[in-house]
Amino acid sequence: MEELKWFAVDFFQAVTAGLLVGGTYGLMCVGLGIIFGVMRVVNFAQGDFMMLGMYVTYYLVTGFGMLAFLGPYAGPVIGAALAGPVVFVIGWLLHRYLLARVTGARVISAEAEGHYTQIIMTLGVALVLANGGLILFGSTPLSVQTPMSRESWEVGLIFFNQARTVAFVLAILFAVGLYIFLTKSDLGKMLRAAADNPIAAAYVGIDVDRSHRFAFGLGVGITAVAGGLLASTQSFQPYIGFDFVIVMYAGVVLGGMGSILGAFWGGLTIGLVQQVSTLFLPYQLQNTAIFVIFLLIIFFRPQGMFGRVWERA
Amino acid sequence: MGRSDRAKQYFAIFAFAAVYLLIGWFVRNSYYQLMMTLVLIWATVGISWNMLSGYSGMISFGHAAFFGLGGYTMTIAFVTFGITPWIGIPLGIIVGMIAGIIIGLPTFRLRGHYFALSMLAYPLAMLYVFEWMGYQEVSLPMKREAPILYAQFNDQRTYMVLALVLLVICMIISMHVERSRFGRSLLAIKQNEAAASAAGINPLRWKMLAMMLSAAIGAAAGGLYAIVLLVVTPQTMFGALVSAQALIMALFGGVGVFWGPVIGAAVLVPLAETLHAELGSIIPGIQGVVYGIAIIVIILLAPEGIYWRIREWVARPAAPIERPGLGAPAATSVASVVSTVEPRASAAPAENPLLHLQAVRRTFGGLRAVDDVTLDIKAGTIHGIIGPNGAGKTTLFNVINGFLAADTGSITFASTNLTGLKPHDVCRHGIGRTFQVVRAFPRMTVLENVVIGAFVGSTNNAEAERLAMTALDRVGLADEQAYAIAGGLTTKQLRLMELARALAPRPRLLLLDETLAGLGHDALEDVLRIIRQINRDGVTIAIIEHTMHAMVKLVDRFSVLDHGKLIADGAPADVVKDRTVIEAYLGRKWMERAQDSVA
Repeated sequence: MEELKWFAVDFFQAVTAGLLVGGTYGLMCVGLGIIFGVMRVVNFAQGDFMMLGMYVTYYLVTGFGMLAFLGPYAGPVIGAALAGPVVFVIGWLLHRYLLARVTGARVISAEAEGHYTQIIMTLGVALVLANGGLILFGSTPLSVQTPMSRESWEVGLIFFNQARTVAFVLAILFAVGLYIFLTKSDLGKMLRAAADNPIAAAYVGIDVDRSHRFAFGLGVGITAVAGGLLASTQSFQPYIGFDFVIVMYAGVVLGGMGSILGAFWGGLTIGLVQQVSTLFLPYQLQNTAIFVIFLLIIFFRPQGMFGRVWERA
Repeated sequence: MGRSDRAKQYFAIFAFAAVYLLIGWFVRNSYYQLMMTLVLIWATVGISWNMLSGYSGMISFGHAAFFGLGGYTMTIAFVTFGITPWIGIPLGIIVGMIAGIIIGLPTFRLRGHYFALSMLAYPLAMLYVFEWMGYQEVSLPMKREAPILYAQFNDQRTYMVLALVLLVICMIISMHVERSRFGRSLLAIKQNEAAASAAGINPLRWKMLAMMLSAAIGAAAGGLYAIVLLVVTPQTMFGALVSAQALIMALFGGVGVFWGPVIGAAVLVPLAETLHAELGSIIPGIQGVVYGIAIIVIILLAPEGIYWRIREWVARPAAPIERPGLGAPAATSVASVVSTVEPRASAAPAENPLLHLQAVRRTFGGLRAVDDVTLDIKAGTIHGIIGPNGAGKTTLFNVINGFLAADTGSITFASTNLTGLKPHDVCRHGIGRTFQVVRAFPRMTVLENVVIGAFVGSTNNAEAERLAMTALDRVGLADEQAYAIAGGLTTKQLRLMELARALAPRPRLLLLDETLAGLGHDALEDVLRIIRQINRDGVTIAIIEHTMHAMVKLVDRFSVLDHGKLIADGAPADVVKDRTVIEAYLGRKWMERAQDSVA
């Protein structure tokens, strides 16, 4: 009986941790979901933009200490929020001068070969960012220090890590804000129109290239914010992007490629799977569990769990 | 064809090997010796990637899986069981091939980015598994008593020779693949998989074969890499950079040709290694940055790779760009070929049905696209299938030729049950088809397109080519048009090429899907004449059209579909008078008005 009780406690603890981490993953996936939804581009470098978000947050909060005056509680949060605009600009420029040459309306209608060009291009960008990160930031694992990382709130027998809880709440707020932006603002509507049918959107006067550029910046910016939030709950190094790119795609595919709301639920589920898997699997195999789940989803339900039916590309 | 080209390629490969060996022999500095070995190993890894992704177009981001398995199998066999690498590397190759099959079986169901992404997941999953199993860093023990028995050499050049031997073997294998039915089939799958399978190519079989070969080569390279470096870690064997390098070598040097990865490795490995050696201590990630920039630049400037750029540039003054493969057969005399026309079917129209559909149904969600259709197509006839847009005509063809499975009902062709067969099997039984929107292999010549179709009816390349020339002649494309690239043809030429491709394996039944659509008046008459002639030669024809006009002159029998149902079936004269047919075509109102005016 006692054993069962402790298993139940462990289980709920894992579920709690999963939901908390999952909120951040959800936001991360939304960033990727926007890019795929609007541009139909598989962005391999998404994980590396998340990595950039982590480092931007780190340098704002701990490294250069510009946000030190905000104190150890507000600092990391504001830092993560600021990582968004910084990475947005990087993404915008990268799209303007590099990706725009191999993406756009032309590619969307093209057969498979067009897709390979941009998928490989983003792989190149990923390599440059990850290794450039190594050059700029070094290989020592870092994390954003906040006293909350080690503190927990206790509810009954379940612990809520403070940093994760704060990250979770903020991730939800960002996701809701984004949802309102996409459904209510003109710019958001324009993005959704371009996502729905790029050719029709061009006919009614929407500048598809401009909306792609904006979507790419927005997508990587949002993922960077999620990375910034994650930075105070786990350590990171410049190569972390490659692991997270699979985590993110697992979430986006689970949510149904092309569905932005689905991406959030997908990311949340992946966080849950990752944490619950630690009950049954050794710690090192957490990511292996995610990759296996990812493969299972892609084999058996490529249209996702939550999204609309999407043709198998 | 082929023979002299093959001799030339052999000569080029051995000349390359000899020059490389000569240079390597006089290099004394052990660092440069190592670099020369690494160039060869990475070229081999690139060839491994090219074997699958370059030829078939299924882009893999996970070739580190095979490389790593090859390296780790050899290492574990050596360290744990004391098995020499001479046996360990072949063991690794076997493990790699098995992994290729296990990975290929589920993953080949996916296309495009889904395939690429899931391939990325395999090596990364393995990486963590090997870390967890405690193989963070495994060194090969030194065997001082019998070093050669354990593939350990004092002279670094020995490793270079080993790597060179492996590379040359892989180049020769690739060269033969490129020039064989295997390579041609992969190329057809890459350019249009649906068309390839309708032309009798079994995509899964060829892709699986490519995967196995590719995995074997990758595993061999991984094993060799491990004995050269004497230590394996999960990152160096399964890391994302390994997968990326495999792709980059091929992409940079040239996709779809075995020289590509060799060129890529010869340029990039020394560049990245030198920068790493000079600046590695100050700038640790420089190698990765170099590779990253290399693919970005190559995608922008020469997306097919350096090899094709150079070829294009060299070939410019000469007339047509000749891609490797079948090449241009020296003026096969068309006249001598024509006499070999001997259709497999009997010419006389018989009364027995060649194709019999029994209550065939196919639904999409709630929609019955084909609704319990029972239909006979008699041998030797031209059978028109007409109906308004959305009547289910193309769906019916897709069910017959195996693109779609029937939900219920059965399909019998010349007393063989075709129900549930895949397109390539249906083609093998003697049913050819064309498509509503022409599905060509756009980057092949007209002749090469048709040769793909002729693979079914032939056992060797020469015979396939003869069949193809015959088919081209029957549709009137045999002369200079045979060597034109399919991408630049007119609608009429494309339609005829597709017809020839379907005709090449000498089918008994041809399914023509709106072959007449989009043709001008003169072109229409030409094509009608050709179709009639093909029918007179003994091929039964089922043709879809929605303009009754052209059809009345052509067909022996009409079947009319509307909303998936067969609403009329009979001789043209009877069918056009049928009330329900007129109703389906022109609407009830029109008919009532027509009756009023008659009355």
